[in-house]
Amino acid sequence: METINNLYQKYLKRKKTNDFTPFVKKSQRSFWGNVILGLFLLLMGFTFFFPVIYMVSQSLKPMNEMFIFPPRILVSNPTLDNYRDFVNVLANTVVPVTRSLFNSAFVVVIGSVGHIVIASLCAYPLAKYRFPGSAFCNQLIVYSLMFNATVTMIPNFLTIAGLGMLDTQWAIIIPGFASTLGLYLMKNFMEQIPDSLMEAAQIDGAGYVRIHFTIVMPVVKPALVTAFILVFQSFWTNTGDKFIYTEANKGFAYVVQQLASGKVSGVGSSYAGISSASAVIMFAVPLVVFLIMQNNVVSTMATSGMKE
Amino acid sequence: MAKPKYQISFKRRVQLTLRDMKRSVPLYVMIAPFMILFAIFVVYPVLKAVWYSFTDYNVLEAANFVGLENYRKLFLDDSIFITAIKNTFIIAVIVGPGGYILSFLLAWMINELPHTIGSVLTVIFYAPSMAGSAVITVFAQIFSNDSNGYLNAALRNLGITQEAILWLSDEDYVIVVVILASLWMSMGVGFLSFVAGIKGVDEAQYEAGAIDGIRNRWQELWYVTLPNMKPQLLFGAVMTITSSLSVGGVGDSLVGFPSPNYASHTIVNHLNDYGSIRMEMGYASAIAVILFFLMIFANMLIQKLLRKVGT
Repeated sequence: METINNLYQKYLKRKKTNDFTPFVKKSQRSFWGNVILGLFLLLMGFTFFFPVIYMVSQSLKPMNEMFIFPPRILVSNPTLDNYRDFVNVLANTVVPVTRSLFNSAFVVVIGSVGHIVIASLCAYPLAKYRFPGSAFCNQLIVYSLMFNATVTMIPNFLTIAGLGMLDTQWAIIIPGFASTLGLYLMKNFMEQIPDSLMEAAQIDGAGYVRIHFTIVMPVVKPALVTAFILVFQSFWTNTGDKFIYTEANKGFAYVVQQLASGKVSGVGSSYAGISSASAVIMFAVPLVVFLIMQNNVVSTMATSGMKE
Repeated sequence: MAKPKYQISFKRRVQLTLRDMKRSVPLYVMIAPFMILFAIFVVYPVLKAVWYSFTDYNVLEAANFVGLENYRKLFLDDSIFITAIKNTFIIAVIVGPGGYILSFLLAWMINELPHTIGSVLTVIFYAPSMAGSAVITVFAQIFSNDSNGYLNAALRNLGITQEAILWLSDEDYVIVVVILASLWMSMGVGFLSFVAGIKGVDEAQYEAGAIDGIRNRWQELWYVTLPNMKPQLLFGAVMTITSSLSVGGVGDSLVGFPSPNYASHTIVNHLNDYGSIRMEMGYASAIAVILFFLMIFANMLIQKLLRKVGT
């Protein structure tokens, strides 16, 4: 039997070399427990993923299979025609699609990065320090998540109009910065960082901002990534239809929405194929970002050793 | 809170606060950019909406102060609102705890798996949230009124029912459909934060737990994992409260608005009715204020429960 002290020394040694494979076996996992777990997850995974499978299968169907009822999940003659049609229609819009894609990219990049920087800078002091007003700000942020947006829309519209941001991308970006969801998420993760980590840096003479970027942000990377995905998704799907009126200023989400409802050209069921292809494409973009980000989280997990 | 034994004079307290504020100037500078935008785009509109709730504002004409008239009407004259409250409670009581526990359990199970499989599963569970409204068309197929709809056909083949159930039109069933669809979509941001939170629990804690005599994964869950991720549990709770008490859009797209005989009419449906269809902003704001207090109340309750975790 190793003594606890020995184990601790061993742990410290491993910590130095960043080796975090567990060296004491975790509490026992029974074989049957694993089997039940696996089966349950498989079942749940299928259930939750079913709508996505359906969506993809629908987009691969030729027109004569699309309207069979009840819908079949397996496509007998899978085709990419719907995607081809989707691209063809987009290639012939009055406002070039590159323009709306650029608009979307502008909003998504500036919005997401800006939000993460501004919100994380605010989350760190609120999570780790007490100063006059901090408790009040914390309460305000939690409560703000609970107010329905329908009734705040009109005051918001008037503010945005008053600031002269109507019909520009800023009408989507700037209010998006103030979304509290990502901030609240990051703040909750930052509360777990041990004080000693920051005190050490403070003794070394680092200021708050420097501690934030060199210590806090790397430690809470899983939260940053999650917040990024959320804010990315909300900007990507934001059609901005209440604030942007000039066609050339509209984003990709708006074009796709119009296309899916058959407003760009043509109407009715002949557009069902394009509509289902567009749903998959709108979904695929955040999914790819999510996958890239997920991968990134894996490589940064070693920093969790910084926790006490 | 216990009263301090000695009294600090008001003047001294102001002095102390000012001193603290002076020391915290860099912190104020850090939070300023967000807090200013937050004040303009979140706090101000909310305060404005609270003010509207005491007026007869209808977007076109200037608002007239009417006192508590909107609230009186809501509780005494509007029987549909009472139905909406009842339905919201039924939905929230099932979808809230159900979705919360399910997303935690799934996140925890994912963590037990090898890393790659776990990551794939995380994506699979979260995917419906990313697909957004596209998912709802699938529910419409599953719960189709047609006797050959997925669910009806399955029930018939299993010999449970003889005739098709009108899932999307029958007063008795629409709320069931709304609940099931909401549960289906409950793997949202709370789930993601659970996954990240569980990963963040230090291995050393589990090792210490094993030394202290934790025998199986259930004990490990209760004594090590849960207490170590309280911030995430809290975050998930707030998300669950806000989403389960504002179920409404799913019903709109599945069973239509208004739902058959208001059988799945929720507070948010009622709010949207007045806020974006009838444009009675004052009345809609009063509904929003009531919903806001319901959520705060639920939040206090849950926080009390969460304090018991790991003890």
